[in-house]
Amino acid sequence: MSSTTSVTPSISVGASAFAALAETAATSGPAWLVARRRAAAARFAEVGVPSSRDEEWRFTPVAAIGTTAWTAPAASAPVTAADVAALRLADGPLAVLVDGVYVPALSNLPASIQASSLQAAIAAGDAAVETHLGMIALPTATPFSALSLATFTDGVVLHLAAGTELAAPLEILHLTTTSAEGALVAPRVLVTAGKAARGAVVEQFVSLADTVHLSNTVTELVLGEASWVEHIRVQREGARAWHVGYTHAHQARASHYRSFALSIGGKLSRHNLHARLAGEQVETLMYGLYLTQHEQLADTHSAIFHDEPNCNSWEVYKGVLADKSRAVFNGKVFVEPIAQKTDAKQTNRNLLLSDEAKVDTKPQLEIFADDVKCTHGATVGRLNEQQRYYLQTRGIGGRTAQELLIWAFAAEVLTEVMIPAVRNGIERIVRDRLEAMLG
Amino acid sequence: MALLQITNLHASVDEKEILKGISLTVNAGEVHAIMGPNGSGKSTLAQVLSGHPAYDVTSGTATLEGEDLLDMEAEERAWAGVFLAFQYPVEIPGVTNAYFLRMAFNEVRKARGLDELDPMDFLDLLEEKLKVVEWGPEIMERAVNFGFSGGEKKRNEILQMAVLEPKLAILDETDSGLDIDALRIVADGVNKLRSPERAIILVTHYQRLLDYIVPDFVHVLAGGKIVKSGGKELAHELEAKGYEWLTGMPEGAAV
Repeated sequence: MSSTTSVTPSISVGASAFAALAETAATSGPAWLVARRRAAAARFAEVGVPSSRDEEWRFTPVAAIGTTAWTAPAASAPVTAADVAALRLADGPLAVLVDGVYVPALSNLPASIQASSLQAAIAAGDAAVETHLGMIALPTATPFSALSLATFTDGVVLHLAAGTELAAPLEILHLTTTSAEGALVAPRVLVTAGKAARGAVVEQFVSLADTVHLSNTVTELVLGEASWVEHIRVQREGARAWHVGYTHAHQARASHYRSFALSIGGKLSRHNLHARLAGEQVETLMYGLYLTQHEQLADTHSAIFHDEPNCNSWEVYKGVLADKSRAVFNGKVFVEPIAQKTDAKQTNRNLLLSDEAKVDTKPQLEIFADDVKCTHGATVGRLNEQQRYYLQTRGIGGRTAQELLIWAFAAEVLTEVMIPAVRNGIERIVRDRLEAMLG
Repeated sequence: MALLQITNLHASVDEKEILKGISLTVNAGEVHAIMGPNGSGKSTLAQVLSGHPAYDVTSGTATLEGEDLLDMEAEERAWAGVFLAFQYPVEIPGVTNAYFLRMAFNEVRKARGLDELDPMDFLDLLEEKLKVVEWGPEIMERAVNFGFSGGEKKRNEILQMAVLEPKLAILDETDSGLDIDALRIVADGVNKLRSPERAIILVTHYQRLLDYIVPDFVHVLAGGKIVKSGGKELAHELEAKGYEWLTGMPEGAAV
């Protein structure tokens, strides 16, 4: 591992709120897990919830998380099959977690695929879980990553066997109910892809009730040699939710990881999206769209670790901001001295619909190899008046023109969702949100 | 009633007066060429008529079939039947030509109280319209003007005109930047769209376009005023003599 993974210890605001939850979590499970949980809990107790003095969290005020006495979710309110059906983006295998716990009755994981709840996999002694859990998304990566390992309740595990292809994407619905009020909801997902395996995972985070809760989620993806994994992440939690998510893909030689993340939910949301390119000929694609309104804040921190030569990474994130909302984008690209012939491109474009909306965008390229092609670009702008006038002269005026131009802006990343049904579903979610944002 | 009636029109941009009293009558079925040197106000007149928000009309009137044009938003003018072919058509990445054209077509239909066409019916209509500019359907899947050559952009303007079927089409320097083949296609397209119900205003610096689209009337604009009007032969006279003999004329000499 390169030294660049380590993060400056945060200034602790208040880790004690979580100590009881971590203590409870560490009372069951195999010894390796208990040890890992205890170490993670200790790590979190040491670093705590970051304050705005922490450079990584400068624009994203999460300190209030540390001063809230989060509880474990109460017994979950009932969720019906109809609730689930209305939210789905795909129609293949399905895993439903309610308030962080897998619910078999709502899920559909056929025996033909190697998927189960995380707790079931741990109980069954799944060796891959022991190998990877908390070892891909390290507890040292972010304070919340440590918190997740210390306190996670349940989750989903998917293994794609070498040489196989998942016929339909695995859809994972992370739902919260009224029972999540005041609670920490902490699911984890682990995906492993064997040599030349192919598959897609669609994760959604949805609040069924407008509760104040903290979703602290981690998704670990382990891509074997020449594997191909598409990861779709749709975060559309309620307007009062706190959402902190961390996705980490570890990529072996010649693997292909493509990520699409939509972030429209939460009062405050943060997504750390990391990929470690740990072999040659790796390809990493990260596409994202955030839409914010009212006083929402959406933060994306990506980190791409070019550890080996001859790899490509390509990242395009776009944002549309209304009202007094805020967005943060930080894109790190680390190119190690041996990672020659790296080709990395990063773009972040933002469209402000209001004078009071604000974006803090920062590319952060640290390049230690000399024969590389690395570019980045960030823009913050408004709707193009020339385009708007052009549309008007064609009879397309007012709000219709506005919608069309915003749609055109967002379309570039939406088209990167490879599965048509999922893409269509995401487009519907985006259209609905844009309608709401335009008032 | 005249289709377009402009009376003593004054317009400014950033408080600088560009149009200093334009009067012009255009009837249905007529083609008018507005010529003039750079900076004479030709393009400003085109933009003022189609409703560019940067221009302030300080006095005068412009009516379309008796309706006050200047009181309308740009899109309302499009609904009323005004079309501007841009000198520099605007690129809109992320929107296909097909989607854009159908949306424009349906917005205009809606405003006129007509039913919208669904995508299939619109495709049938489009097939006919594409012939006007000698194009195949492949252009429809490209983003609006995005990465188009200069010639393709101008053809796209004429295609839009064919689809929207305006009463009054204003072509702003449509010949600029075109090679001879593209000029021929664009001019042929415009000629196919000439009709007794439609008036066309050609704004151009050069007489070249007028060899292909023969106007009924030619007006020379200089210093924000029409300083001379005549028949198509006036264009040839300008070609021979240049603009200087006109721009030097005293104020108020306009016909």
